[in-house]
Amino acid sequence: MENLNLFIRSIFIDNMIFAYFLGMCSFLAVSKNVKTAFGLGVAVCFVLMISLPITWCINQYILMPGALSWLGEEYASTDLSFLGLIMFIAVIAALVQILEMVIEKYAPALYNSLGIFLPLIAVNCAILGAVLFMQQREFADAWTATVYGAGSGIGWLLAITGLAAIRERLSYSQVPKPLRGIGITFIITGLMGIAFMSFLGIKL
Amino acid sequence: MNLKKTFIPLVNPISKDNPVIVQVLGICSALAVTSKLEPALVMAVSVTAVLSLANVIISLLRNTIPQSIRIIVQLVVVAALVVVVDQVLKAWNYEVSKALSVFIGLIITNCIIMGRLEAFALSNRPWPAFLDGIGNGIGYGLILVIVGFFRELFGSGTLMGYQIFPQSWYDAGYMNNGLMILPPMALIVVACIIWVHRSYNKDLQE
Repeated sequence: MENLNLFIRSIFIDNMIFAYFLGMCSFLAVSKNVKTAFGLGVAVCFVLMISLPITWCINQYILMPGALSWLGEEYASTDLSFLGLIMFIAVIAALVQILEMVIEKYAPALYNSLGIFLPLIAVNCAILGAVLFMQQREFADAWTATVYGAGSGIGWLLAITGLAAIRERLSYSQVPKPLRGIGITFIITGLMGIAFMSFLGIKL
Repeated sequence: MNLKKTFIPLVNPISKDNPVIVQVLGICSALAVTSKLEPALVMAVSVTAVLSLANVIISLLRNTIPQSIRIIVQLVVVAALVVVVDQVLKAWNYEVSKALSVFIGLIITNCIIMGRLEAFALSNRPWPAFLDGIGNGIGYGLILVIVGFFRELFGSGTLMGYQIFPQSWYDAGYMNNGLMILPPMALIVVACIIWVHRSYNKDLQE
């Protein structure tokens, strides 16, 4: 039950885009049509789901103060938490690299449609952001971290697909010249954010 | 070599080639930390420091980094710099470091940094790369400060924590606009800046 609440919370209330603005760069750059937007969303979702449990284990058994005590008594007081950022980004970059190779081998069609965006997921702030939030909130076990990753990923997917659909329609409307392109996209994202804020009232 | 040419990388990113509103890079942090002016300033300084140093380091290494692993090399250099900034901030101003929470760590994935490293530092000498880093940092900081200024002024009636609107205004029925503090308004304020900026720079219009 606890996990279901967390799942729904991370999709709607703590939405990566509308509540924290994470992954905004690729969100704005890749939302020109629904098909690519959906593909990128699925890839981000996938990377989040894999990277969160792995980084949770790293945090729990290597980085946290006293986490190395399984190695023996003399390590019980080591605190490696300052290494967190470098470890996490290295894990994410490596994961994305592996994922890229796997997709290229087993699903060449998906690989071709994602193109350059696949390697760029490594620098998508939504991933590192979710990992850092995971570290900050001190989740109890790896399963909770996976649920959180899946929820955040689906929330991101939802947001980018929605924006892409609106932008496809937008090309038929008359926007003031200086606002065309990126300006109006910002305003739409803001309005979508206000709409998503209506979920804030839900108590889980 | 004339002086004007040397300083192009420094001056251009401030308005004509601004990283946030023209190149559309580094939006995440620009929006998330601007509900108050002080964190916005700290963020601007941190990003400028990391960006200019990373630019210099990558520019010095540009002939030795193999093409295929350059992203990982860049990430490691940036991550090391960010760890330094993070530790300095924790020691020097713990309150602000708490308020910025994960966003200092997220400087690593700030697209301005990766974007400038890829586009400029990899193909230029250290000195222009340093100027480019400072220029882009200032351009980024400028937008952050403008957004933070308006959001704090209208959202809480304060600037840097000091009360700006006198009590008599509140007694006469003036109210803080709570919407300005909420995340979506950051987007709309940035959109307004883009609107004004593009009205003056007609060649940027689409």
